[in-house]
Amino acid sequence: MAEPFLIGENMTGGYGSGADILHDCTLAVEKGEIAVIVGPNGAGKSTAMKAVFGMLNLRGGAVRLNGEDITKLTPQARVGKGMGFVPQTSNIFTSLTVEENLEMGAFIRHDDFAQTMAQVYELFPVLKEKRLQAAGELSGGQRQQVAVGRALMTQPQVLMLDEPTAGVSPIVMDELFDRIIEVARTGISILMVEQNARQALEIADKGYVLVQGRNAFTDTGKALLANPEVRKSFLGG
Amino acid sequence: MIDFLNAVVALSNFVLVPAIAYGSQLALGALGVTLIYGILRFSNFAHGDTMAAGAMFTIFVTWWMQSMGISLGPLPTALLALPFGILGCMALVLFTDRFVYRFYRQQKAKPVILVIVSMGVMFIMNGLVRFAIGPGEQRFADGERFIVNAREFKAWSGLREGLAIKTSQGITVITAVIVVALLFWFLNRTRTGKSMRAYSDNEDLALLSGINPERVVMYTWLIVAALATTAGVLYGLDKSFKAFTYFQLLLPIFASAIVGGLGSPIGAITGGFVIAFSEITITYAWKKVLTYLVPENLEPDSLVQLLSTDYKFAVSFVILLIVLLFKPTGLFAGKAV
Repeated sequence: MAEPFLIGENMTGGYGSGADILHDCTLAVEKGEIAVIVGPNGAGKSTAMKAVFGMLNLRGGAVRLNGEDITKLTPQARVGKGMGFVPQTSNIFTSLTVEENLEMGAFIRHDDFAQTMAQVYELFPVLKEKRLQAAGELSGGQRQQVAVGRALMTQPQVLMLDEPTAGVSPIVMDELFDRIIEVARTGISILMVEQNARQALEIADKGYVLVQGRNAFTDTGKALLANPEVRKSFLGG
Repeated sequence: MIDFLNAVVALSNFVLVPAIAYGSQLALGALGVTLIYGILRFSNFAHGDTMAAGAMFTIFVTWWMQSMGISLGPLPTALLALPFGILGCMALVLFTDRFVYRFYRQQKAKPVILVIVSMGVMFIMNGLVRFAIGPGEQRFADGERFIVNAREFKAWSGLREGLAIKTSQGITVITAVIVVALLFWFLNRTRTGKSMRAYSDNEDLALLSGINPERVVMYTWLIVAALATTAGVLYGLDKSFKAFTYFQLLLPIFASAIVGGLGSPIGAITGGFVIAFSEITITYAWKKVLTYLVPENLEPDSLVQLLSTDYKFAVSFVILLIVLLFKPTGLFAGKAV
């Protein structure tokens, strides 16, 4: 089988010189697919994703994007390689307008990004309406849309989302998931960490259940939902 | 009616005009402090002496121009020398940043350490300026002294009170308006300006977006040097240049920035005028204005001066205390101190 588009293979490591949080953990996502990382609190879900993005020191394993080894690159350099990252908190510039947030997302681009901005507005029509408003004045769901839109401005090939639905209402959550599926349909691979495991696995092509920094179960989203052991331990029956 | 007009003219002459000019100078100074706080995240105690250094460079160029017979006619020659002073000040702050602040930035030093570092820079700059230009008062203003002369105003209006507007006051206000307009245009309309605001707002996300912090810091220093030199020269033209007064200006400038909300440019401007008007109205002897306004039998015997001008810095102090106690983020909700 060909290698996945983005793979973090056998990653072992932790923050700074602290204890290892990840142990031999592997995450991968295919082109245009959605991979979801779920697991109990403290399982290292966000840490695993940050490892893929280069935000912690790996003591073992490698990260490859499109066959290229990017293990040693800084997060900024990975943005240049086509990875977009949406942190869980503080993921927008609150005092800047929505439009300025998007412009800052495109900061590394020196070509005309009007087209990309139009695409983001098409994906999130509510942002177009509020484009001159300060992003900090928006509702939780709208702020997440700004955050995702900002990351899309670099035209990434992979979009990494750290709990995009944290703190938003169930209705808004469904809408955000719909948008994420739409983004994936444009050919962008999506790797995301989710607290709402059941809903997330429903839209996932691939699911990773992490426990204590290790891969516990890896399968398609549907298979994981059907797996009685996963259901019992992580999905509440 | 004539009494009322006399009161208005006296009030304008002694309170409004000086306060607007002084407020503009404070606003320009406070803008520099607030930009450093927003981007480099520390209170720059060396700001007063940066103003003095910028003014000093300008004065040297002014003296040279005067000796060469270059002048702007009715306007002070210092305006012509100002761009050169700004360049000198830019070189100075970039030098300081390269050899002092950058080291601490790379160490990720806490803001309180940077504040102490800036105090060291302050003492050195202060010493250098006094060494280079002398500790005494330096005169460099030339050109026409008044836009509106008190005697001519009296003759023209027939009022007992005169109104004087100094050229330096007029230039201060006009320059301040131009500089502030340019600054806001830069911050809100240009890519670099927006990246500075983004960096000030959310440093981590700015890094993720590919904004280069060293570039942002460099542009900040360049802008701060321009603001500080302009403020320093305008203050020197209006009062006179003495290195030590710039050191003393630090308190009202910080009070302005904090009252408005540290990190907020609009706040810095508002704060500057709040402090200037408070300082001048509280230290002004109101007897003259009141004599025109109240009936004869109520005329005040005393000067009706709330505070002697010797204590003018106390006003900034008290306002600072009130703001820090009741609204620590300032009027425009900057960052908490």
